[in-house]
Amino acid sequence: MKRREFLKVSGLGAAAAAASASPVRACATTLRGTGDLAIIIERATGSILIADTTAREIVRRVEGLGDLSHASAVYSRDARYAYIFGRDGGLTKLDILEGAIVKRIMQAGNAIGGAISDDGQLVAVSNYKPGGIRVFDASTLEPVADIPATYGADKRSKTVGLVDAPGRRFIYTLYDAGEIWIADFSGNGEPRIARHKGIGELPYDALITGDGRHYIAGLFGEDGLTHIDLWQDKAEPRRILSGYGRGEKKLPVYKMPHLEGWALGGGRFLLPAVGRHELLVVDAASFEEVGRIPVHGQPIFAVARPDGRYAWVNFAHPRNDTIQVVDIPSLTVVHEFKPGPAALHMEFAPRGHEVWLSVRDANEVHVYDTHSYEKRAVLPAQKPSGIFMTARAHRIGL
Amino acid sequence: MSFRMIILPLLLSSAALVGSETIVPAHALDSARESELTHLVRQDCGSCHGMTLKGGLGGPLLPESLADLESESIASIILGGVPGKPMPPWQGELSEEDAMWIADNLKKGFPQ
Ligand code: HEC
Repeated sequence: MKRREFLKVSGLGAAAAAASASPVRACATTLRGTGDLAIIIERATGSILIADTTAREIVRRVEGLGDLSHASAVYSRDARYAYIFGRDGGLTKLDILEGAIVKRIMQAGNAIGGAISDDGQLVAVSNYKPGGIRVFDASTLEPVADIPATYGADKRSKTVGLVDAPGRRFIYTLYDAGEIWIADFSGNGEPRIARHKGIGELPYDALITGDGRHYIAGLFGEDGLTHIDLWQDKAEPRRILSGYGRGEKKLPVYKMPHLEGWALGGGRFLLPAVGRHELLVVDAASFEEVGRIPVHGQPIFAVARPDGRYAWVNFAHPRNDTIQVVDIPSLTVVHEFKPGPAALHMEFAPRGHEVWLSVRDANEVHVYDTHSYEKRAVLPAQKPSGIFMTARAHRIGL
Repeated sequence: MSFRMIILPLLLSSAALVGSETIVPAHALDSARESELTHLVRQDCGSCHGMTLKGGLGGPLLPESLADLESESIASIILGGVPGKPMPPWQGELSEEDAMWIADNLKKGFPQ
């Protein structure tokens, strides 16, 4: 079969030529669903791998997606199309069944992630340059709205932490301005924008909880975070965890922690502390800190296994060769292993039986059993980073 | 990754010879260290400045954007960071020689 051919040549150099020369339509000619597919970002080569997570195989490499450092992706409602947001402002719509780019546009000079609306009709991209968000029709990628993140006299802020929220809304944060904006596309015509000012110094990322209720922005310039409860009629930002880290000497932060992966389990969040070798334990109802867990390095992602029992944690340079697993009920580290250099991204299978892990500097993606910790597969990839499984199509904020 | 890493420092040092007035390149390191630093700048500085160094949360680190800064000032920003901003101090990780080598090469156009 074609797939076999592809696999044979999927060694690092040869794959490129082979993959583009012979389009692999194996997945389309044999009927199949997309529910167990994933894409893997190859950041240095501007390519994407399409993986079958049941067979634990790479089925296709798609090239020509530009600068994919810090790239991320969202899925269409039918989980057939991935929208990939590149660092260079590229927005690519990829058909993962055909393994082909449907459309690709350069929508800005410098971008950081995006989101898709709850109805699947709008794709929004967060831009550093020019600062603001741009919104596109998900089927055609034609522009729908351009919302500059203006503040002060006529300055434009970088935007971060863009997520979708229920009711055809997008929420995002202005890094330079310290504001949170909610763009509501539920009406016909122009979106309504609600601006929340003074939310804190240098917010660098944000997340929305899986129920679409809480939007939380991390602050670099202050010890603390800002929280908006979207269920309130008049949603007002308030500071949470404002004392954390105060009075203690911070370590230099070599990589900004990501908030997207905040681990929620058993009514508690585990979150990476900025510049500290700790996870914070936060009560998910009161947003009060209820404990800390000492860990191996500065945490980057703390991701809960989908059942919420364990969180898997990875770390910033120079300790990024290690993964620790935290038992959430007892708040203790129960397992530690070293997958290899720069183990930077983890993605759990939708029901958590396995986890896929990018080991960037080994040029490998590993698959582990999350119960036995046994390594199930090692797949070759070129400087892999983010891994995105199609189950994200059906979740708020992803 | 390996074959690229070996070729780069060679290209680099010849570029340094051609490009500069002095015969000895200003801040040469041994080639193993140069390839480590090339990797560190692309990957780890790249996580905030973009892997192509065209900017991200931190601004671009391209020759045009650094034209107004002397190599010495760039090296001291690298070692000391920018207090109150996400630019971290690298002095625990990088020596002064490392920082000068990075600064010189950022100004020249950083190797791939
Ligand atoms: C965690 C994010 C982060 C990392 C990692 C990082 N930087 Fe920065 N850097 C910044 C930010 C943000 C600024 C802008 C600070 C400001 O607002 O003045 C900056 C500013 C700079 C500047 C000053 C540029 C100018 O135009 O004034 C230089 C030079 C620089 N960084 C070099 C580096 C190098 C070299 C590395 C890797 C060894 C590195 N940075 C790693 C975030 C980072």
